[in-house]
Amino acid sequence: MKIIELAILAVSALLLLAVTFWKRRSPANLRDIPALTRLARTLGLSIEDGTRLHISLGRGSFLDVRGGSGLAGLAVLRHIAERTSVSDEPSIASAGDPALGLLAQDTLQAGYHAAGVEELYVPTTGRVTGLTPFGYAAGAMNISQHENVSTNILLGHFGPEVALLAETADRENITVIGASDDLTGQAVIFANTQDALIGEELFAAGAYLGAGVSHAASLTVQDILRWFIILALMGGAFAKFAGMI
Amino acid sequence: MRIFSVIFAFIAITAGVLVLLGYFIPAFSVIQVLLLNWAVILAGVAVIVGVFNLALVHSDKVRRGEKGSVYSALLVVSLLATLIFGIFLRPGHTIMKMVVNGIIIPSEAALMGLLTISLLYAAIRLLRRRVDLMSIIFLITAAFVLLGTATLTFGGIPLIGEASQWVTQVLALGGARGILIGVSLGILMTGLRVLFGIDRPYGGN
Repeated sequence: MKIIELAILAVSALLLLAVTFWKRRSPANLRDIPALTRLARTLGLSIEDGTRLHISLGRGSFLDVRGGSGLAGLAVLRHIAERTSVSDEPSIASAGDPALGLLAQDTLQAGYHAAGVEELYVPTTGRVTGLTPFGYAAGAMNISQHENVSTNILLGHFGPEVALLAETADRENITVIGASDDLTGQAVIFANTQDALIGEELFAAGAYLGAGVSHAASLTVQDILRWFIILALMGGAFAKFAGMI
Repeated sequence: MRIFSVIFAFIAITAGVLVLLGYFIPAFSVIQVLLLNWAVILAGVAVIVGVFNLALVHSDKVRRGEKGSVYSALLVVSLLATLIFGIFLRPGHTIMKMVVNGIIIPSEAALMGLLTISLLYAAIRLLRRRVDLMSIIFLITAAFVLLGTATLTFGGIPLIGEASQWVTQVLALGGARGILIGVSLGILMTGLRVLFGIDRPYGGN
């Protein structure tokens, strides 16, 4: 049995549950992340000026590790769908993986249901725009160009093809807010956006948009685990320096 | 509706826990493989649904005569033609290979070519968009590594090659590992939230 991995998983799970219960009593105190502040502001603005939000969920497959960023994107989509469901121009979600596309439709519908306006839900607002990286980018560019989009939110797994999406958004004066779990995609997004999200900030979007106590608790647990990793790394370096390993 | 939501959550959580246990307890590996095989089959079905969704969205655009509907019409016609030819001729047929080698691969290659220009353009505009320390470091590092790895007619620039190698192998690699650890922690927490049923991207809840 892989004891260490199982122990890490069990400790993480227990910490998440404990911190979630603790966070219910004391509100989360989050540091300022300009991109996420801008994201929260664009939700209200898009409804007021009658424009759409385009949420690109990337092409992360659920059959491998890339699915994690897609799930984080879906959690944010659920919140955005609920907030923008009464808009004249409903938000559109695009995905480059069919399973992710299906879940995007279900998540959008859930958001409308939670807002009490399920009859306004249009199934074609959740789309699969392509099955290859560039095919997906080409389809998503088409949405940004022709569907009255004011903000393109990129949350998921993107490679270098995200540059094409960002370039289109720039030409159409569309605000881009994004993050990718892929290092190349992340570098491209950094160079193409005004306020870039780096690394695990992709997974913080839910907490900043008020998606629930568990999202804020996840951030706290991530911080705790990060400190454990830092201590382990420093301990390892010291042990090697001292000739113990 | 609520009962369905509970049933969906129960199925998803049970499947998730069983697959996870398969990684740690050998006795569960048989059911883990079975569930993953089912997932692969379902992913295949999702492709069909995804293609249907794509066709539906673009047919709708053509019907309503929206802006850019010419491209949508082209997509629907191409999709149907490829599907019909694929069913009758089989994917190994010369015509199907011609479609892949003569249309799909060159189109993707063209987009790859555009990407090079887009990235260069983004680097040029970076300081116009955001003048801060990180942007300056980003650009200097990119230029430095580019100079260190480029094949020049007069050979490598003294010291730059070794220094750029140090930047990529030490500074960049360290930073990349740090980012990947952060991303892994984020994925772990997201997975646990789904496993506990806190986040439920299924079942209409």
